[in-house]
Amino acid sequence: MSKLTPEEIARNLQDRFGADRIELMKGSVGQPWIQLAPEMLPPVALALRDDPAFQFDVLMCLSGLHYDKENELGVVYNLDSTTLRHTINLKVRVPLDHPHIPSLERLWKTANWHEREAFDMVGIIFDNHPDLRRILTPDDWEGHALRKDYVQQDFYQGIPTK
Amino acid sequence: MMELVKTGADNHEMVINMGPQHPSTHGVLRLELVLDGELIKEVRPNIGYLHRCFEKYAEELQDYAKVIPYTDRMDYVSAMNQEHGYVIAIERLLELEVPERVEYARVILVELQRIASHLLGIGAFGLDLGAFSPFLYLFTEREKILDIFEKNSGARLLYNYFAVAGLMRPLQDDFKGDVADFVTSFRPKIKELEDLLSYNRIFVKRTANIGVLPAKVALNYAASGPVLRGSGVAWDLRKNDPYSIYDRFDFDIPVGTGEMGTVGDCWDRYHVRVLEMEQSLRIIEQALEGMPDEGDVMAAIPKRIRPKDGELYVRTESPRGELGYFISSDKSAAPFRIKARAPSFVHLSMLPAISKGALIADVVAIVGSIDIVLGEVDR
Amino acid sequence: MGFLDKKYHDPNIIIVSLESALNWARKNSLWYEQFGLACCAIEMMATAASRYDFDRFGIIPRSSPRQADVMIVAGTVTLKMASRILRLYEQMSEPRYVISMGSCSNCGGPYWEHGYHVLKGVDKVIPVDVYVPGCPPRPEALLEGFLKLQEKITGETVIEDRATAVADRESSATSAGTTGTETPAERDLVPDLQAGGSPVPKTSTGDGAEAADRQDAEVSTRPAGAAGDDAPGPDGAPQDKPKSNPQGGTP
Repeated sequence: MSKLTPEEIARNLQDRFGADRIELMKGSVGQPWIQLAPEMLPPVALALRDDPAFQFDVLMCLSGLHYDKENELGVVYNLDSTTLRHTINLKVRVPLDHPHIPSLERLWKTANWHEREAFDMVGIIFDNHPDLRRILTPDDWEGHALRKDYVQQDFYQGIPTK
Repeated sequence: MMELVKTGADNHEMVINMGPQHPSTHGVLRLELVLDGELIKEVRPNIGYLHRCFEKYAEELQDYAKVIPYTDRMDYVSAMNQEHGYVIAIERLLELEVPERVEYARVILVELQRIASHLLGIGAFGLDLGAFSPFLYLFTEREKILDIFEKNSGARLLYNYFAVAGLMRPLQDDFKGDVADFVTSFRPKIKELEDLLSYNRIFVKRTANIGVLPAKVALNYAASGPVLRGSGVAWDLRKNDPYSIYDRFDFDIPVGTGEMGTVGDCWDRYHVRVLEMEQSLRIIEQALEGMPDEGDVMAAIPKRIRPKDGELYVRTESPRGELGYFISSDKSAAPFRIKARAPSFVHLSMLPAISKGALIADVVAIVGSIDIVLGEVDR
Repeated sequence: MGFLDKKYHDPNIIIVSLESALNWARKNSLWYEQFGLACCAIEMMATAASRYDFDRFGIIPRSSPRQADVMIVAGTVTLKMASRILRLYEQMSEPRYVISMGSCSNCGGPYWEHGYHVLKGVDKVIPVDVYVPGCPPRPEALLEGFLKLQEKITGETVIEDRATAVADRESSATSAGTTGTETPAERDLVPDLQAGGSPVPKTSTGDGAEAADRQDAEVSTRPAGAAGDDAPGPDGAPQDKPKSNPQGGTP
């Protein structure tokens, strides 16, 4: 068991789950990420957590994104292994009109609140989440604030917001 | 302050509302406590009472540099650390070199801020448990650190002092002397604190064996910082994933040992913070020695920051734990998305797990021991 | 300060109006509600702690609104929090005062423009007596805010109700020539809280670099005599008319 590079992790995953739905991508700067189809997420995440070759025991961060040009929503997962000291980023993108992504709450408990936040801010629906409610804004809030086309409501419970 | 919300069909169960205005919730946190008599059956944290739209601001400001003052206001108790994490992220995004003097100055400032933050955290924790005098002594020391910050940055609490690849203003001439004086005067105070609070019998009774967090649960909840180290895991990003110039310094990672009770209880989390202040002093002393006396406080950078496209997640060790910034850039001058991964947010999410079965008064101790800052929880 | 500063020949008897005795007692035991919202709460804690020491003004924290005289709104008020603030205010018993501490609760502060979830000024929800500008205000600034509040309490009367008293005081102040440049029409526009509505002096600008020299401690603890004429801070006094007393400005 040793530290793996993102390329090695991606190759390993492609060997197991098929190369067509798992892709390693990278921007001009920064870190590479593995892009997945949403239905591939639970098995891949389980393998990443429990396989002795990966041992990703910590989900550091989970961010929801709104790709307005492509009309898509996305989630980025940043995983870390405290034992092997390697990290990997996963990304899942779903169409705006059907924003369903399987929840990872059962694998990493910390995903619970992060997913609620992504639901609140961007409007991604995490299937099988035990308690998918708004977390930062009130329950009767309108809209998802971090969407690029978000329009602020004028009044909240009779109080002007501007 | 407290209010009976409802009683269910089961007579033994009662829901009590704690917060958002409560002296021991460290801000505007609201907890719904489901009780069976005095015992906690369930805790449901409600947050968002201080949601100040940081991530929206980060996108709307159209400029990476303008976000820095807003990072201050996330964790207002350790503003320097927030800025540090953010400017490191931007520097990696732009692949910039930072002048040597700046790196050393930043480390000194950040470690001072870590001490200041722990002083406030410990003081408030003692206050929650009824120990008023440590709070006053610790704030006296904290004011000395704030004086150093104020002298150099001009502000007491929210500094806006770190710039991308530099510092906003040059350091004062006697910066090194001030810091050295503080280090000398502060070291005996840690001993004083140990005598005053750590081994106080009432304090030990209130914290030992309370809110035990096993290491495995802590990792599954992605705990970090003193909370994770209190559970006996020697995990410190300054050592395990070194950023800035932390690989040049020699320091230890204090971990919880269960000295007064069980590994991972409130007392361990508290004591890790006390020991960490000593380690911070060691880092500061080494940094003072290594810091060049002359040099730029600002590297040459383009006037308008315009990174290439890409994504990165940068994490640093803030006083509360792993502070991460996920930044997605799309080549324009405006960030496409900045998400702040706040340690307090993560730590608060495990409150239901560790306070089950405790007494109502213990919830106060547990919330105090994980040392949350609501500005960071809600962002 | 008050009647106790005068020299009396007889040690046991002081002749003083009941009103000023009551006001003297009230203004020197301002119990504030221990209720921090955000960054300003840390400065509020610092003000209460060893160096700045609120206690010497008789200002101590109370954890329950029912026992508090004054509420310090220390920090950003979000929309989720607004209804709770109103509720806490309603739980306080009269006479009650509100100090709005920091730019966020004055007017939204740095979250003014894109802060979709931030209330743009706590005075949209509850009436405010003293505004303290700064982001965050220094402890000295908060102390100055309290001195302003004391000044306001000194001028209050317990016999009449507050609204009439404030209106009376305002008209007498005008006839005495202290705000002599105003026409009656202009006076109607001025908020009723003559002393309290004005911000603290320009020395308390929080982030400002001038804080480096420690002069402002000296400046802001001077007797707050005619400080109502001081230049407004960077925020300026919010122009909204406080809602406590809609008929206040009418002579």
